[in-house]
Amino acid sequence: MTRLPYLKETPSQTAGPYVHIGLAPGAAGFDIYERELGHDIAGPHAAGQRIRVEGLVIDGTGSPIKDVMLEAWQANAAGHYAHAQGGGPVEDGFRGWGRVITDFATGEWGFDTVKPGPVPGRNGTVQAPHISLWLVARGINLGLHTRLYFEDEADANAADPVLNGIEWAARRPTLIARRTGHDGHVIYRFDIRIQGEGETVFFEI
Amino acid sequence: MNTPAEYYQRDPDRHPPALTPGYKTSVARSPRLAPISLEQSVSEITGPTFGHADIGPLDHDLIRNYAKTGDPIGERIIVHGRVLDENARPVPNTLVEIWQANAGGRYRHVNDRYLAPIDPNFGGCGRTLTDADGYYFFRTVKPGAYPWRNRINNWRPAHIHVSVFGASFSQRLITQLYFEGDPLIPLCPIVQTIPDPTAVEALIARLDLNASVPLDSIAYRFDIVLRGRRSTLFENRLEGN
Repeated sequence: MTRLPYLKETPSQTAGPYVHIGLAPGAAGFDIYERELGHDIAGPHAAGQRIRVEGLVIDGTGSPIKDVMLEAWQANAAGHYAHAQGGGPVEDGFRGWGRVITDFATGEWGFDTVKPGPVPGRNGTVQAPHISLWLVARGINLGLHTRLYFEDEADANAADPVLNGIEWAARRPTLIARRTGHDGHVIYRFDIRIQGEGETVFFEI
Repeated sequence: MNTPAEYYQRDPDRHPPALTPGYKTSVARSPRLAPISLEQSVSEITGPTFGHADIGPLDHDLIRNYAKTGDPIGERIIVHGRVLDENARPVPNTLVEIWQANAGGRYRHVNDRYLAPIDPNFGGCGRTLTDADGYYFFRTVKPGAYPWRNRINNWRPAHIHVSVFGASFSQRLITQLYFEGDPLIPLCPIVQTIPDPTAVEALIARLDLNASVPLDSIAYRFDIVLRGRRSTLFENRLEGN
């Protein structure tokens, strides 16, 4: 077979244990940039319900991974992404992208945002509200993509083309964040299991 | 209207598999089940965009961006190249972020306990945006090799971590740049996670004397290739290619 003259993608390498130096230096223990990126996902003007998402990333031994970096990508409450091809306008200051790191002592991570709206899927379908997540850490050779869906969107989740595309229905709940909350705040709990019982579904996108 | 276009499928043979026991940490941190293949939707073909308001004027200059009392110790280098996609089209205005150890092989990180000294004038991180041609450059010092806990006598070759966004969430990539001629490259268990030797070659920055600054800095060239995309094909519409 003759190969067409395309370039080949640069191979991935692990982000290692010190990803914070480059991408969140404040967490590494020093200030260098005037502003670190990814701290404010929704901005002050975003419409919709304010929520918090929290969780752990758990390895194959059942231990929390304490050096993870996660990035979140989501639409606004109207279902638009902050991108030229994102489907429509977004509020001033709405970025839809966030970067969070885990607490070095406990492994807990969390971010504040607004709940996204449904967005178009392929071939005229509608996707249930979801947040795309990407995570890297020492020992992870290629960043892992997954999605967070919301427990209180049962009807939309039941019709979601991506969830329904997971042939093993028993694995779909690994993508559903549990609604909790305290002091009047809406919190969604989403633990990611890299390996073992209840292993989270990861996507090749 | 600009129709969203899908990205080419990622070639798994180009990347390290998740489970690479020679790199021990991967054993408990690799999924055991196969990833689910997802047809791309707007969620995957969009991604964050960045502008000059996000970064400062010295952010790409690691020799100056943390200097307090003088220049950092070490061999002064320029790292430059282009970010292209698999169609050899430039990827403009994309955020490139780097981080690295200092010339002694020590990271400025609360968790790094290696006995090499911290350099008071070196932070070890930088970021920049590619220009309209996908071109980027950094100025820094060459990082040192350092030992790490994998097998007891493993050493990392000198390397710089590189994070690139591309134009969509599906192009997101983190990798490492190594330096031409380093004898530690073939011995490194993290390099060895990549099964294809030609793929390893793509991570080795080449000495580039033409881009060196005489009596100042030596240069290395490192081009980065992100996934390519069809121009308009989406949702089974066959306009474009």
